[in-house]
Amino acid sequence: MITWWLLISVGVIAVSGVPGLLLSRQSDLGQRIAAVLNVIGSASGGAALVLQHAHPELSRAISIQWALPVGRFAVAADDLGLIFLVPILLISALGSIYGLTYWLQREHVGNGRKLRLCWGLLTAGMAMVVLARDGVLFLMAWEVMALAAFFLVATEDNKPEVREAAWVYLVATHVGTLSLFAFFALLRYGTGSFQLWSALPASVAPRTAMALFIVGAVGFGLKAGLMPLHVWLPGAHANAPSHVSAILSGVMLKAGLYGLVRVTALLPNPPAWWGVTLLVAGVLSAVLGICFATGQRDLKRLLAYSSIENVGIITLGLGLATLGRSLNRADWVVLGLGGALLHVLNHGLFKPLLFMGAGGILHAAHTRQMDLLGGLGKRMPRTSVLFVIGAVAISGLPPLNGFIGELFIYLGLFRTVTSTGGWGWVGLAAPALALVGAIAVASFVKLLGAVFAGTARSAHAAHAHDPDTLMLLPMWTLAGGCLFIGVVPLFVIGVLDRAVAGWAPPTLGSLGTIRNYVSVAWLTATAIALLAAVTLGALMLTWWRVNKPVRAAGTWDCGYARPTARMQYSGSSLSQMMVELLEWVLWPRRKSPKIDQVFAAPTDFESDVPDVVLDRGLLPSFGFAGRTLTWARAIQRGPVQVYLLYVLGILILLLLFA
Amino acid sequence: MVSLLNALLVLVLLLNLFVLGTSRISALIHAVALQGVVLASMPLIVHGHLVLPTALIAIVTMLVKGSLIPQMLFKGLRDAQIKREVEPIIGFMPTTLLGALGTAAAIGLAAKLPLAEGHAQTLIVPAALSTVFTGFLLLTSRIKAITQAIGYLVLENGIFIFGLLLIEAVPFLVELGVLLDLFVGIFVTSIIIHHINREFASLDTRRLSALKE
Repeated sequence: MITWWLLISVGVIAVSGVPGLLLSRQSDLGQRIAAVLNVIGSASGGAALVLQHAHPELSRAISIQWALPVGRFAVAADDLGLIFLVPILLISALGSIYGLTYWLQREHVGNGRKLRLCWGLLTAGMAMVVLARDGVLFLMAWEVMALAAFFLVATEDNKPEVREAAWVYLVATHVGTLSLFAFFALLRYGTGSFQLWSALPASVAPRTAMALFIVGAVGFGLKAGLMPLHVWLPGAHANAPSHVSAILSGVMLKAGLYGLVRVTALLPNPPAWWGVTLLVAGVLSAVLGICFATGQRDLKRLLAYSSIENVGIITLGLGLATLGRSLNRADWVVLGLGGALLHVLNHGLFKPLLFMGAGGILHAAHTRQMDLLGGLGKRMPRTSVLFVIGAVAISGLPPLNGFIGELFIYLGLFRTVTSTGGWGWVGLAAPALALVGAIAVASFVKLLGAVFAGTARSAHAAHAHDPDTLMLLPMWTLAGGCLFIGVVPLFVIGVLDRAVAGWAPPTLGSLGTIRNYVSVAWLTATAIALLAAVTLGALMLTWWRVNKPVRAAGTWDCGYARPTARMQYSGSSLSQMMVELLEWVLWPRRKSPKIDQVFAAPTDFESDVPDVVLDRGLLPSFGFAGRTLTWARAIQRGPVQVYLLYVLGILILLLLFA
Repeated sequence: MVSLLNALLVLVLLLNLFVLGTSRISALIHAVALQGVVLASMPLIVHGHLVLPTALIAIVTMLVKGSLIPQMLFKGLRDAQIKREVEPIIGFMPTTLLGALGTAAAIGLAAKLPLAEGHAQTLIVPAALSTVFTGFLLLTSRIKAITQAIGYLVLENGIFIFGLLLIEAVPFLVELGVLLDLFVGIFVTSIIIHHINREFASLDTRRLSALKE
């Protein structure tokens, strides 16, 4: 019953963009219908999820034979899926409201309808990925999701950089899908059916399980954007419209993580290297992701790299839980997976908030380059407050939600230090996580400083203004969610406990709850105390400013008579120290002028942090292959007749060797 | 019965050679239409006694292969204003020879195949193999898009002859489905012919290689 209800809600969202296709390009009516359908579908789905959580006994799995020769239409909702479905429905509804102003149909006559059609399909695809209990259905939903995301990234396909980013994404996602084909074929080979997410039978050879883990980790890791499989992520997130970036980063990456969570649950007692691999991949992604974020000049690229960092943190937690699974440590499982799943929820709140804030800035100032922004704090006060909330949350600072999720993972890592059996070194991930947190703070201080402080560096930035209510409303909602989880974590802990219990193998016995390891009352009390202190400080500051007005004058500039906005610290100069410290991994590109005479001519300085894997690794090697393998093009002659001969040749070969 | 069937199959084989040898496209279409009509009558002979489904498939096949598809091809011909296939990749004489060699090879191959008792004495298997081969020769050696469409038609005729072996077992629905596929295929091809002609002012499929990258 509940499952059908969920399916119908997802169906409503899937077709939300269709009525608009039949209406005029000039009219906004289709857009409003799409938003209304999206909100109705999400609200109805959300209600179904609440009922599912309250009365799980009412929910039944659906399994229907269909016309295809393989697979079945099998869907089911469980506690683990719930954690992933909530952000999907929430961000889809909020994003479509945000799009009402941000991507107004009248202003985007050419691509608005395409965007909304794919928006609905993307949401439905992701929801079906979580709901599917059959490999064939899963792959179909996965492809709908991947292709809808491709068209969403390519919304502004008249721009060459958008087309390039979309192609890189398409290639990456199909490499991932190829791995998943191998994954489901192996699963079929191992279990004899396409039925999903029950544990592998004991008869499956260890070698098959190993192959399953490897292809699953590659396929799902590509979607999640784990280093070094992240190549598609920064470009796609930076070049998509901002609410699309919000759903891609806040929600779609989680589809990959969902897959990883399911893969690690395939064996009741997996080999320890599964967990170690995920742990190492998580630490690498988190550290490298945030290092690259700090060097970015493009606002949305910075946010995209920070997504890689957050995916890394989640994978780290999952790795800890998987290791706990192997070593029969219930506390590692509870804290690792609990923290990872909470971070999935959290990142689904604050990352869309930040991307929507970036969209507001882009909308007002027409640029994503932080070095061309500045001084927006005075002109966009609401956006800046919201952005600060998002930045505090993503840096993992109390009293917001980012802190709680990371705290669970920290506590889990601390517990490894005292463990026996030579696993104490796992605790080394804790300082790595601390390092990540510190660099994240530095990156977001840089972002806030360059964008909101100082004075405007361009004419557009000087005339920026806050977006209207329809864009601010979704952001306030998300900020409220961040604060709510941060202050009242008790509310989500019950959901997390049940999801963890669903993931953990029965051999672990009763797991207990996260509350056994963390004092929730203390968390709430600390958060309230901090909030009170911040509020008090803000009130005092206001009181002080009202009574003693600020005197406006030029900054002292060594006696130079006419300071300009270009003489401020720029985003690049704020992060210069970090970039130089991390030069050995970032490999920044610099073009500095040589000044060899007293009265030097005007000159330029440029610096940039390209992606090491994509710009220095993959693209040059593809170019090299393109140049050296020209002889292989002889195969591609052009005439249809030659291709038919190839078909005949292959046919004869197959007949001979079959 | 077997002798009548074999006589018709020999006619099909002769038509194959004619198809390979002629340069006039209108003659080509006529020959393939005739081949289609001959094929359509075969289920009646193989099946022996008249039953409704057999009669139905014979009539529908006759209509589609003998009338509908040729008419569409003729319309394409008129639209494109061409009469002859010039400059084939392999000449008309060599392809006819190849076709004859292929037919001989097909008969030789069929003799070696472990066939069911009733089928060994008919020419069904060699005729089917040879017709498929002829279709393939047309596809690979001719240049005009319309001849390519005819090549597919001949290829399908070969498959149809194979189908005669299984006429007792395969439901007629499948046969009708194949026919529908073919019809839609030719339909699409004739639209493509129209577009190639408009776009490149020629029906030369070699021009399509301009699209290769």
